[in-house]
Amino acid sequence: MNLLKISWSNLKDKPLTSFLSILLMALGIAIISLLLLAGKQLEEKFTRNVAGIDMVVGAKGSPLQLILASIYQIDAPTGNISLDETNRLTRNPLVKSAIPLSMGDSYQGYRIVGSNEKYLQHFEAEYESGKVFSEPMEMVLGAKVAKNLELKVGDTFASQHGYDKEGDVHEEKKFKVVGILKNTNSVLDQLMVTPLESVWAVHDEHHEEEVGKGANALKLLEEDTSPTTDDGHHHEEESKEITSMLIKFRNPAMGMMMARSINQNTTMQTASPAIEINRLFALMGFGIDTLKIIALVIIIVSGLSVFVSLYNSLKERKYEMALMLSMGASRTKLFFLLLLEGLIISSIGFVIGIALSRLGLWLMSKNVEQNFHYDFNVLSLLTEELWLFIGALVIGLLAAAIPSLGIYKIDISRTLADE
Amino acid sequence: MIATQNLTFSYSSEKSFAFPDFSCADRETMLILGKSGKGKTTFLHLMALLLKPTGGKIQINNQEISDLSVGSAADFRAKNVGIIYQKPHFVHSLTVLENLLLTNYLAGKSQAKDLAKHLAESLGFAEHLHKKTTQLSQGEQQRVSIARALMNKPSVILADEPTSSLDDDNCLKVVDLLKKQIEEIGASLVVVTHDQRLKDVVEKRINL
Repeated sequence: MNLLKISWSNLKDKPLTSFLSILLMALGIAIISLLLLAGKQLEEKFTRNVAGIDMVVGAKGSPLQLILASIYQIDAPTGNISLDETNRLTRNPLVKSAIPLSMGDSYQGYRIVGSNEKYLQHFEAEYESGKVFSEPMEMVLGAKVAKNLELKVGDTFASQHGYDKEGDVHEEKKFKVVGILKNTNSVLDQLMVTPLESVWAVHDEHHEEEVGKGANALKLLEEDTSPTTDDGHHHEEESKEITSMLIKFRNPAMGMMMARSINQNTTMQTASPAIEINRLFALMGFGIDTLKIIALVIIIVSGLSVFVSLYNSLKERKYEMALMLSMGASRTKLFFLLLLEGLIISSIGFVIGIALSRLGLWLMSKNVEQNFHYDFNVLSLLTEELWLFIGALVIGLLAAAIPSLGIYKIDISRTLADE
Repeated sequence: MIATQNLTFSYSSEKSFAFPDFSCADRETMLILGKSGKGKTTFLHLMALLLKPTGGKIQINNQEISDLSVGSAADFRAKNVGIIYQKPHFVHSLTVLENLLLTNYLAGKSQAKDLAKHLAESLGFAEHLHKKTTQLSQGEQQRVSIARALMNKPSVILADEPTSSLDDDNCLKVVDLLKKQIEEIGASLVVVTHDQRLKDVVEKRINL
């Protein structure tokens, strides 16, 4: 027999009321903790992938889209740009390194990226098995792709056009797996990387098909609008295209001037990952803040529920309290007894809330992994959650303390004599 | 033992009481008879130190207790006085056994589980020890509250109308039980009641 036991019995004695208070507390905690976790993990993921890239060059369009497509591989590419034109950029002495990317095809929902060895080096990739590609139609797989599609070195397959599973299959040209990477904890894990030439090879055929089917009109239009010589037209036919280029500057400040010049003088646009991601987080932050306020309201309602239930039960238990006082309990002891009820509800609510948030994150990561091939690390505990715990305890304490002060006003003799 | 001299108490200038002196030795029973409104419960609360007297003296075990501070009065009461209330009230959420042990806990004594079982057997509710008190009949609850008053082996047991809600058979049984129990632990028993049936079974009595 001790205070904790009496408190616990009191809570068990009113299972529905206690359940409601705990549930509300757990829901509020779960939502806030889920937001904290998801936000934190997303931010980590986003900043890790952006490291070492100062600028992305691509076709004109939404700069955010360009960043999302080129760095995170989660949005559709903006369009194509000329390789010649980007190659001219790379000769600029301000550019330290430049990685060309060509996207647009997929296999079983995983994106195929045409690039070169530098792209793999950028992520400091190591090989689980096999080696880097050395000629077109060879392919290196990210760790997660190889695992989920059960592919190994030596396997061959045909890619699909676009990112739908129902896209046209490029049956004629088959890819051959030559290497499988170790986990890098970056976007590379979800990618299939092949030399740029493979993408061109696959799409040359594709292009011819389209021409045969009825893109003649477009071709005629092109001829009309370009009054160049036959020679120039021929050159355009042969010019290769890529989707975008990841650039690292020797001096980022000077690089900004180069970016302005590209935006003004070419058909391409530049986007800075840092700026775009900040913009994205600012947009998301608004939604997250709203959700946090909702969660906070739920937690406060939980506190109110504790308040109301203790206030009511104290009226019912007035005699009981007088009885315990007559049996030698001090008023302070009984005050703590009631505080303990609020604290127990807060603590249980917190534990259940944290468990719920982990479950939620786990379900979310399953879902996200299927749709975007992005995964979350589920089991880390945040320091913010410690503050959340203290906050929950304070709310439980306050909610219990206010009605419990009534203990100090009980007239023992009168209460015992009244009934 | 317990004794009082010139005990007075007033709720207000119009409503005041003066109580007759009495003394009750160990293993003795004192009956205080009086009709409603005569201040029976007030008298009992004064002896239990739940109220502070306006004047007069009270001794328990030859110790003057009328001038104890609130804190030490609570401590003294918890250790030396067992109270049986008119209606048996318990801590609702606890079982019978837990209610008995609560008496020890709140008095700061070690929890006497064996004594609780022994009392439950001799008072006839041993099979109900792990039930909630609300599951027991009125008579059973009354016996549990007697056991509770005995848990700290007090020197004085104060009973407020312990028999008013009981039929003749049970009334006599309860008094018998009480007398037997104080014999066992060597306490004084003071019963405050309007129940005339008790006149025949208790020798010492005063009227208010």
